[in-house]
Amino acid sequence: MTSLPQGSSSRKLGLVIDLDTCVGCHACVVSCKEWNTGGYGSALSDQDPYGADVSGAWLNRVHTFEVIPEGGEVIGEAGEARIVHFPKSCLHCEDAPCVTVCPTGASYKRAEDGIVLVDEDKCIGCGLCAWACAYGAREMDLAAGVMKKCTLCVDRIYNDTFEEVDRVPACVRTCPANARHFGDLGDPHSDVSKLVAERGGFDLMPEQGNRPVNKYLPPRPRTALAGAAALKPGQPEEESTEGATGFLRWLDVALDRI
Amino acid sequence: MHPAYSVIFFTVVSGMGYGLAFFLGIGLLDPATMAAKAAYLSALGMIGAGLISSTFHLKNPHRAWRAFSQWRSSWLSREGVMAILTFIPLTTNAALCVLFDIQSLPLGIAGTVGAAITVYSTAMIYASLRTVDAWHTRLTPACYLAFAALGGTLWTLFFDLLSTGSNALQLSLLSGAAIAGALALKLQWRARVHLQVPNSTPETATGLGHIGAVRLLERPHVNDNYLTREMGFRIARKHAAKLFRLHLIMAYLLPIIMVTLVLVGLTFAGFSAWYAVSAGLSLVFHTIGMFVERWLFFAEARHAVMNYYGG
Repeated sequence: MTSLPQGSSSRKLGLVIDLDTCVGCHACVVSCKEWNTGGYGSALSDQDPYGADVSGAWLNRVHTFEVIPEGGEVIGEAGEARIVHFPKSCLHCEDAPCVTVCPTGASYKRAEDGIVLVDEDKCIGCGLCAWACAYGAREMDLAAGVMKKCTLCVDRIYNDTFEEVDRVPACVRTCPANARHFGDLGDPHSDVSKLVAERGGFDLMPEQGNRPVNKYLPPRPRTALAGAAALKPGQPEEESTEGATGFLRWLDVALDRI
Repeated sequence: MHPAYSVIFFTVVSGMGYGLAFFLGIGLLDPATMAAKAAYLSALGMIGAGLISSTFHLKNPHRAWRAFSQWRSSWLSREGVMAILTFIPLTTNAALCVLFDIQSLPLGIAGTVGAAITVYSTAMIYASLRTVDAWHTRLTPACYLAFAALGGTLWTLFFDLLSTGSNALQLSLLSGAAIAGALALKLQWRARVHLQVPNSTPETATGLGHIGAVRLLERPHVNDNYLTREMGFRIARKHAAKLFRLHLIMAYLLPIIMVTLVLVGLTFAGFSAWYAVSAGLSLVFHTIGMFVERWLFFAEARHAVMNYYGG
């Protein structure tokens, strides 16, 4: 049934992704592909896997963005200019448009925990759900002809044969920077909910009206070098490092901080 | 958006088929004539060919029957259900017309209503997507309905001229009105697209707008993927203005000239079956113009996900 579940339970399992600590290593991307190609549903195929034009279905991808404040070009010297690594997978939206557009009932949102899944035996591969998703969370598997998406590792998180520590999505388990967190975002007292409240977690594209469950934590504000390198009170004038730029300014600030 | 030829063919051809079915249902052609029989078979042929073509873009077409199940939520499913339901009165009336020279008005009205709802459902598949700003408007179904009506009047006029021309004067006036109506709606649709401020931007897509302007530094992978191939189609943009002018000339200007010729002939020289040539040409031009329109409809449309892929 592709209508969204009504009066569902308050559990909303999802991810919280910390854009401050993500180092863009793509370990979550690889670990996701590795787990899910042998897990739920058909394998995640690649086309021309060893050729020059390789492409395939991935459920989690890391994009990298530059953020440039007005007037700022060089990172750290003007405003908050920075590079942000941006992991993106299904956000398991509460008003998931990918679910309601599905003509066959293959796409569905689970009432008990809010996970959005595809029943591959019912999928006709029309691709409309991918068109309906603003986040690019769904990719067609060209070998099986069915739509693939993040399952929140539904075959790990409820797996009693796993150690407790392994009952989290593969991407969360593998992240070396601890930038990915898994939990119940419907429970205001859960660790992930507290993290979102503390750090000002936000929704992606709220204007699309999908009410995503996954939340993103903003990069922490950094101290601009210009502000940090000012003369300290009581310091002799001739020791002023004002006017230093680039590496020397960074060195100056770094030594100040030690 | 990637313009799949199967979907372009389906929406254009079955759209015209439903337009013809719409006017056949209200009895504009005399069912005793050969032209009416040919018209019924043409309508069924166009609708059937379009629907079969639409299954070609499915990766698992053998499961297509499942698409009739989710009519409560999905416009694609509603379209499928309505297409099948509309076949019932339409094929019955076609059989009555071909075999017994008659048609039933209640069945005809049912077919007319069904045809209109089917075309509306097709348009709503696109109009209901919040991810594509250009499509997400009531003008989209209005245009699809206007195009179906326009194609339908031109086909009906053509078949009427092939037989006795009993309704030719009214039908050519109706065609003129349909051309004007469709043109007005399409111009309004396109003006909206050009004035539009994108609903989503790289800033809202990443939530980093509070820091500054966001631009893509690196895509997740060097090569294209399903998403960039499907949503990132941009070949059309370079020639879009030229193609749109071609659409205007082929879909409206040449047909209105052809229809005017028929009208002038009917008014000053009386009926002649030769006018069907003019009406037939108007259909050829209009169909080409509609293929251009539909290709642009897909190829020009920008999808919100491209905010993550650098536009």
